[in-house]
Order: sequence, then structure tokens, then C-alpha cells
Amino acid sequence: MSAGRVMRSSRTGRAGQYLALLAYLLFLAFPFLWLISTAFKPPRELGSLHPTWIPKDPTLANFRQAFDEQPLLDAALNSLIAALGAALVAVLLATPMAYAMARHRTRLARAATGWVVVSQAFPLVLVIIPLFLVLKNLRLINSMPGLIMVYVVWALPFALWMLVGYVRAVPRELEEAAAVDGAGRLRTLVSVTAPLLAPGIVATALFAFVTAWNEFFFALVLLKTPEKQTLPVVLTHFIGAEGVADLGPLAAAAFLATLPSLVVFAVIQRRITGGMLAGAVKN
Amino acid sequence: MTSVAEAERPVRRVPGGTRRRRVTDHGAWFLVLPALIPILILSVGPLLYGILLAFTDAQSGRTQPTQWIGGLNFRDLLQDTLFWESFRIGLVWAVGVTVPQFLLALGLALLLNQDLRLRWLARALAIVPWAMPEVVVGVMWRLVYNPDAGILNETLRDLGLGDGRDWLSGLGTALPAVIVVGIWAGMPTTTVALLAGLQNTPRELHEAAAVDGAGAWRRFRTVTWPALRPVALSITALNLIWNFNSFALVYVLTSGGPGGRTRLPMLFAYEEAFRYGQFGYAAAMGCVMVAAISILLAVFLVGRLKGGDDT
Repeated sequence: MSAGRVMRSSRTGRAGQYLALLAYLLFLAFPFLWLISTAFKPPRELGSLHPTWIPKDPTLANFRQAFDEQPLLDAALNSLIAALGAALVAVLLATPMAYAMARHRTRLARAATGWVVVSQAFPLVLVIIPLFLVLKNLRLINSMPGLIMVYVVWALPFALWMLVGYVRAVPRELEEAAAVDGAGRLRTLVSVTAPLLAPGIVATALFAFVTAWNEFFFALVLLKTPEKQTLPVVLTHFIGAEGVADLGPLAAAAFLATLPSLVVFAVIQRRITGGMLAGAVKN
Repeated sequence: MTSVAEAERPVRRVPGGTRRRRVTDHGAWFLVLPALIPILILSVGPLLYGILLAFTDAQSGRTQPTQWIGGLNFRDLLQDTLFWESFRIGLVWAVGVTVPQFLLALGLALLLNQDLRLRWLARALAIVPWAMPEVVVGVMWRLVYNPDAGILNETLRDLGLGDGRDWLSGLGTALPAVIVVGIWAGMPTTTVALLAGLQNTPRELHEAAAVDGAGAWRRFRTVTWPALRPVALSITALNLIWNFNSFALVYVLTSGGPGGRTRLPMLFAYEEAFRYGQFGYAAAMGCVMVAAISILLAVFLVGRLKGGDDT
């Protein structure tokens, strides 16, 4: 009898859980659905006092107008260069360091880890003013290399953290076996460790890519001329001085700017949660 | 399991240990340097430089050399009521976002940890806000809050809850409206972190407690929470820091308006530095923010750690 009661109560509990989950998903999804809806609405519907979820008269006019109003293609190209550059350089620099941090408990590695944590606590304004002055002296203001350098350093903490987890997941015994078989240190790294680490490195690079693609504050301060600016900065140009925005093109451009991040995130989704799991287990 | 691994390692290392160790240390330096140099030049350096700037009268585009002015910036800052108002708003925002964010994310993480159908889909959807540029998040919610074409007012009208209002430019509604967006935007990171912590809780213990007749709340208090606490503490601390220092969301949503009601300290300092060119003064604000965060965190962590002893 008691078993039956437990069953019944757990069944209503289940239903409640599904309901709660549904509520969460609605809360998380509805702004994005509304963005898509707005992006495909003609101006007449956008002006209507009773907006609907599904456009009655879907149109691509907003997208065309968005490209006419702002240099979206140039901005997308700038974003792509910045994000690719940042991802590649960050991974190139972070992988050896992560390897050292995971395999050797040196004081240096510990200090670096400490710094990674501490640097999170500082407001960007304290970093951006000196960076602005330094980059200005190096004539790297309003330039892609300057922005990429900043993005690399900014992506390093999380990249290091993810990579350390992945390195720890590669069994030390494999490397030792290779060493016993007479492989040199470099040889071991290249032909034993690197292939096992590759998926983790790709995931980290993609994560750095998304972070740089989405970044706004540094780009806002460091890029001055419109033709150099990245997508997030150009997006804000759709919003006028008094906060009045041309909703249709704004929504269309925002939707397009999100797509690359969403695609990349779909690819690495499992790895991010997995990497976080690994990190949590190790701590 | 870990204790076994730890017990094994020293035994294995004993033969010829010292020499090998020194060699690997040199190797470690070599591996660490490529990342360390940029960190030193573009992270450690600028931070120290920034702290020094707070004690100068540095301005943008000035021809005379900048001078040391001691604590003058800080003395001015003490009397700057606008800054302290912004500071207060920053604290309200940081706490107002972090606390509900944690509670909501905890609920979601507990759900996602169950064996529900379509869990994979829910997990994927739950991290969508994470993938979005902050600017897009801001734009999106502007569309939601839009007084005429926005879905929020339309829904309120449908439900017969009045005509709705201009959420982002109302003096009373702007800050709450912006806080909701902040909660929404930070849900995924918090949820994923808590989910990771949940998967660490011992399942057998959970089942044993259930067999012993412990209710869901009891099981949560006695089994889940103790295992989850370290993760919960660190993600909440990080959220506090991130939220206090946040910029892009509010910049896009309200640019600090109406009448400064949503002007977070970062927005204030940004304007001071890059609109009015007061680099030294803005750097002093940054220093005050760091100090505030440190105190906030210290209070939070000490309080939590003490609270933990009772349970």
C-alpha cells in the first residue's frame, strides 16, 4: 500500500517538475522568440498597438534595410577577424601553460592561477584606461592587432581553466609509457598528448571565439572609426540618441549577429558543461 | 578513490626524484612564459598602472605632463554625491540580480538533474542566453519592454492588467526592469555551475535517505546542500563580482537613464573617462569599486562560512 502511495505522489511530483521546467524554458526562450518575430515584421505591424507573436505578413525588408543603414558586412568581417585571431592566439599561448599547470605544481603555475582568479575581481574600467594609454603609445588604438591582443589576455583565464581540466584528463601513464619506449619529451607531447588533447583545444578555441565575438566594452573604447568597429558596437548605432530605435532593422541585425555564437555554442555545448563538470570534480 | 591515487604517487616518484624534478621545473618555465608575458604586459601591468593613475591628474588629450596629486581624487570622490548614488544603485543591482539568480538557477539545476524526458533539449535551451552577445540581450529586452510594440505590455493588456507602461524610462520601473534582464542573462552560467556541483552529490546517500523516509526538503538539506555548498559559494561570489562590474547590458538598455536611476558605477566611470576625459578621477572610482567588492566578498564569505558551522 505504501508503495502505491509513493508511486502516486511521485507521479504528481513528476507532472509538477515538467510544469516547472516548461515555465523555466518559456522564461528563457521568450525574449529570443520575440526578437525573431520582430525581425520579420513589416513596419505597419511594428507600429500596431496590438503586436502579435507570429507576423501576419512576414518580410525580409528589415534585413535589407539593416544592411543599408549600417555597414553590417564590414562589421561582421571585423568581428570575425578579431574573434578568430583571439581564439587562435589564446589557445596557442594557453595550451603550454595549462600543460605546465596541470602536470607540474610549480610556484609559478600557482601564482598564475592565483592571478587568474584575482584579475576577475577588478572592474574593467581600472584596466581599460591604462590599456588605452599604452595602446595609444604603441599606435594600436583603432586597430585590429591591438584589439586582438586585449581579447587574448581577456580570454586566457577561462581558456587556462578549461585546458587544465582537459590535460588532467589525459592519463599521465600514457606519457610515461611513451617515455619508457624511448620517445623524447617533444615527441611524447606531439604524438601522444596532443591528439588526445585536440578535442579539448578545439572546444577552448571555440569558446574564446564566442567570447571575443560577443565582447562589447573593449571594442567600444578601443575602436574609434565606424569602418573598424565590430558587430556589437555597430548594433548600438541602430539606437538613436534619444533611445529611439528603428525596431525592425535593429531586430534583424541583432538576430544575424547572434547566429554565429549560437551555432558555435550548439557545437561545444556538451563540452562546456563537461569541462565545468571536470573542473568541479577536481576542486 | 582520490586517497588511493595520492597514496600511490609519492611511492612512484621516490627513485631519482630530485633530479627529474629540477629538469621539469625548467621545462615548466619554458611552457608558462608565452602566456605569462602577455598577462604581465596587458593585465598585471595595466592594473598597477591604473592604481597609480588614481593618484594623478591624468586627462585625455592634455599637453602638460600629468602630475602627482596624492589623494586629491579620492577626497573629491568622497564629496561626489552623484558617484555615491551610482554606487548605491550598483549595490542594489548586484545583490538584486545575484540573489534571485541563484535561487532560480538552483531550481533549474535541480530539475535538470532529474531523469526527465527531453532533458538534453532543456539543457541545451537553458544555456542559450549565455551564447548571446550582451548587446543583443539588451536589444532583445528593449523589444520586450517597448511600450507599444513590446510583448510585455501586450500581454498585460490581454490579461486585463492595465495599459502597461514605458518600463525602461519610468523613474520607478527602470531599475527593476533592468534587474530582471540581469537575472535572465546570468542564469545559464549559474545553472551550469550548480548542475556540475549537483552531479557531485553522492547518489547512494540520496537513495539511502529516501529509503529511510526523508522527505524531499530533508534530503536536500542534509544530503544535497552540504555537497553543493562549495560550488554555490564560489559561483555566487563570482556573480556578485561580475554583476557589480557589469556594463554592456545596462548601456544598451537605458544608458544609465532615466535621470541616472540605472547608472551603474561602471557606466559612471566610463563616462567620466571617455566622455569627459578625466582619466585620473575615473581610475580613482575604479579603485573604490575594487575596495568595495573586496569588502562585500569578505563579508559574504565570512558570513557564509560561519553560517556553515551551525548546520
